[in-house]
Amino acid sequence: MENLNRRTLVVALIYISIGIAFVIKLFILQVYDPSYKFSAESNTRREIINYPARGLVYDRNGTLVVSNQANYDLMVVPKELKPMDTVSFCRALNISKDELKDLFNEMRVKIRNRKISTIKPSIFYKQLSAEQYGYLQEKLYKFDGFFVQRRTLRKYEYPNAGHILGYIGEVSPSTIKKDDYYINGDYHGINGIESTYEKFLRGKKGYEYVLVDVHGREKGAFRDGRFDIPAEAGKDIKLTIDIDLQKYGEELMANKIGSVVAIEPESGEILSMISAPSYDPSLFVGKKRAGNFVELSTDSLKPLFNRPIMALYPPGSTFKPLNALIGLQEGVITPQSKFECYMGYSVGSFHLGCHHHTSPLDLRQSIAGSCNAYYCHVFRDIIDNPKNETVQDGFELWKNYLVRFGFGYKLGVDFANEKRGFVPNHKTYDKIYNKSWSSLTVVSLAIGQGELLTTPLQIANMVATISNKGKYFTPHIIKEIENDTIPSKFTQIHETGVDTVNFRPVIEGMELAVWGTGGNTAGIARIPGIRICGKTGTAENPHGEDHSVFVAFAPKDNPKIAIAVYVENGGFGSTYAAPIASLMVEKYLKKEIDPSRKWIEKRMLEGDLIHATK
Amino acid sequence: MPQNNSYIKSIDWLTVFTYVLLVAFGWFNIYAANYNPENPVFFDTSREYAKQLMWIALSLVIIWVIFMTDSKFYVAFSYFLYGLSVFLLFTVIFLGKEINGAKSWFELGPVRFQPVELAKVATALTLSRLMSRYDFSFKKRSNVLRVGLVWILPIICILLQNDTGSALVFFILVLPLYREGLSGSILVFAFIGAVVSVLTLVYPNVLILWLIIIGIYVFLSLKINIKLVGYTALVGFIGFGLSYLVFRIIGKEPRWDLFTLLAAVFISVFLAVKGISKRLKPVLPALLFMWGGIAFTISTDYFVEEILSEYQRNRINVLLGFKDDPLGAGYNVNQSKIAIGSGGILGKGYLDGTQTKFDFVPEQSTDFIFCTVGEEWGFIGTSVVVLLFMFLMIRLIILAEKQHSVFSRIYGYCVASIFFFHFSINIGMTIGLAPVIGIPLPFFSYGGSSLWGFTTLLFIFLKLDTNRGELIR
Repeated sequence: MENLNRRTLVVALIYISIGIAFVIKLFILQVYDPSYKFSAESNTRREIINYPARGLVYDRNGTLVVSNQANYDLMVVPKELKPMDTVSFCRALNISKDELKDLFNEMRVKIRNRKISTIKPSIFYKQLSAEQYGYLQEKLYKFDGFFVQRRTLRKYEYPNAGHILGYIGEVSPSTIKKDDYYINGDYHGINGIESTYEKFLRGKKGYEYVLVDVHGREKGAFRDGRFDIPAEAGKDIKLTIDIDLQKYGEELMANKIGSVVAIEPESGEILSMISAPSYDPSLFVGKKRAGNFVELSTDSLKPLFNRPIMALYPPGSTFKPLNALIGLQEGVITPQSKFECYMGYSVGSFHLGCHHHTSPLDLRQSIAGSCNAYYCHVFRDIIDNPKNETVQDGFELWKNYLVRFGFGYKLGVDFANEKRGFVPNHKTYDKIYNKSWSSLTVVSLAIGQGELLTTPLQIANMVATISNKGKYFTPHIIKEIENDTIPSKFTQIHETGVDTVNFRPVIEGMELAVWGTGGNTAGIARIPGIRICGKTGTAENPHGEDHSVFVAFAPKDNPKIAIAVYVENGGFGSTYAAPIASLMVEKYLKKEIDPSRKWIEKRMLEGDLIHATK
Repeated sequence: MPQNNSYIKSIDWLTVFTYVLLVAFGWFNIYAANYNPENPVFFDTSREYAKQLMWIALSLVIIWVIFMTDSKFYVAFSYFLYGLSVFLLFTVIFLGKEINGAKSWFELGPVRFQPVELAKVATALTLSRLMSRYDFSFKKRSNVLRVGLVWILPIICILLQNDTGSALVFFILVLPLYREGLSGSILVFAFIGAVVSVLTLVYPNVLILWLIIIGIYVFLSLKINIKLVGYTALVGFIGFGLSYLVFRIIGKEPRWDLFTLLAAVFISVFLAVKGISKRLKPVLPALLFMWGGIAFTISTDYFVEEILSEYQRNRINVLLGFKDDPLGAGYNVNQSKIAIGSGGILGKGYLDGTQTKFDFVPEQSTDFIFCTVGEEWGFIGTSVVVLLFMFLMIRLIILAEKQHSVFSRIYGYCVASIFFFHFSINIGMTIGLAPVIGIPLPFFSYGGSSLWGFTTLLFIFLKLDTNRGELIR
């Protein structure tokens, strides 16, 4: 009997231990571990996302530049899939059976890798064409588990300004991590203003909550839609660019490599910013984006490279007006100062050449004729000014002027990938020359050569500053944001530390460069009826033909446009850059080109520096 | 039939009351599982809860019939019932209606009937009758063979119906056999072997190692004196605690599996010393078994983790229902855990569940009815249900032990064990402790066939119990 009782006890113990295990597990499940409570939420309440229309983009004159087009993604909820007529499914999508198989395999792989959920919708087939959508919409009821999600894609009204506008694309996992607004499959601005002003343009996603059963069947609004949040359309923005000018500039720059930056001096607004070769922003819309992107990014001419803010060139002779200004401000020269030029600048065995011109020249003439020797004198006088104790001090003084003119640092334009350029300081040379160097050692800086590197935008800003007589606003592309203000950094005035009075002779020199009767370097830039001031430049290119550079502003009094044009391998400034700059100024100020200048326009439009050199 | 006061008194009303509670609470939950908050119709006769009410009413008729029948009938007709049920189990393979992949239903007009329910009753009765013969002993080979045959025949038929879940129920009849003298080691080996191999796939080794140690401990506590048992436990904890302290001091991450192993070593050394000095026989097999189990656990784990390919491992896990396979069984378990887990301590309130509406949980009024309990009644509700079942089962063995007739005793054990199996597997699967095997929760799950089956099982025993002082032959 004793033995039997023990067996009874064993059986009872087995029963009881299971009972205890259950109570413990239930305690963990229901009381201790909160995770199941949250899962339950997402289970019954399905969140339906309504994507808002993205903000529209206008140019400075209110012309629509970027709008939206409806687009449809075919979504799938794998759990809801049922056996279906694959033949008619293929026909609806106009794809082959193998392609459909691939799509399903892709989905299965993603499920296995936990990339997508089986009970939540994910993209099955991206960006249906209009026909696909129309055909599918009728047949959709036959295919359980599929539905169509409306999204907005961009529509570009002009094939221009690709670099400025940027494009939109699917968010990357790292972006999702940084900003919890996004979920997998969302679109966002990737480059240009689409990226910079993403927060305004994107609007606010709307959420609708519906009750669903496990098959994903909607059972009506959740709590009568009490928690629904309507979508908010993105804010429209107005850009500072003039789309017609942009378009014209791009046409002029066709078949050339280079940049054009035009700025409205009184506001810092960028009127146009061209990177050549350019591309049609529509190439980045929809399904064809991936393919086009690969093609453009592997192109040897680097069309995706945004040259106005990323390309670095030595500024060349366009830098001379700035050196003149520093000389005047430092009092080492007066507008009347004259320097001899013996086919260049010679000190002992040192010789820096110049072209043939009359000598000596005064300040105005030196700008007009772009005399190298003149600026070697000016530059050395600035550095070696007795008020500076050492050459280092003198150099820092000079360098600080450059910085105040916006060189050496990012200007802060509304593009993320702007380059800062390079302005050497005395430490640079201390290192190179082991502290024993003089103003002569670095005299090539006088004519904008040497270690100096600037972006076309910085040069354009310098011209705008000169035309403004010493003040500038950070160049920017945003003019207005709907119901909002543009970033305050664009409305803050920057001073350069050069007195207004000193600008007059320099501006007159630049006027003379275009309009002078003898010794002008840019007569080709003359526009009937517009007092345009300019300065040619030639950026030395060790790899081939020099780059043609021209900076200008117009009109002389109360200037409306300042412009910098870079044409790579374009030779002298007056060959390509000056005509293009003057044509753009004329186009902007007079809306059309004077008949007397049509031949220049034709030559520029037809000029081909890419295929000729190849 | 004596319908007097003493007869009424001889009925174990405590069990009857538990039965009524379970059936009633079950019905309320079926009502909740069918209730649609979007369309709150108070009573819709086409719904499952209305039908269940009918099945409950019919159960009352069954109960009445059982009480009207003489206890001797069940002994006398047990072989006949067994023969009939095996016949039905066999014919259903050919004539049955296939539901959920199993051909285990007879359909007679509006009524569907599962012969396996009858087979449970008949097999329990037949085993009871076989083993209650005065000369019965497991030492006789012919007896073992007979019992084995009676046992295995329905299992084969049910497996042929492709109704694995129901077939498994019969294996639990090993418990009554054990009670009647089947060697305990068979029970322990079978049980631990099955449990360990399943558990190693799911839980960390620590847990299983502890299970083995505790198992051995329980085994020893039945064999050797209680003082030694206490010391053994102490030594085990010292081993565990010491190793934990050492890790704490050197500032390493605790390795629970290592600590457990050390505890096992301590226990082994202590028991070995004591065992040799005091000549305790059970110590050696216990130690061998413990280390065998530990080796088995580690090697199973190693085999699964290292030797099987990812694909094969997944297959095993999915097969057992442990793998979170969103399109397969894992989905059900996950949904069910979400439903139960979302109930919290007090539950969301009756009819206020969201998970058990809209078919989130599959089979929500049959196999997964426990989810409704969990969601709407919370931890309070689920633990009350668990306790009610525990009470019922323990009560049944206590009653069984009081029987003068061996037949009644064995039958009582059969009934308790069948309830136990359904209870453990059904609730176990809803909370992810057991593989998903579609068997109903007694008295709770919707369905006439299972309700009648369990009612019959229980009330035949209660009928026998009214004659507990007599020898029923």
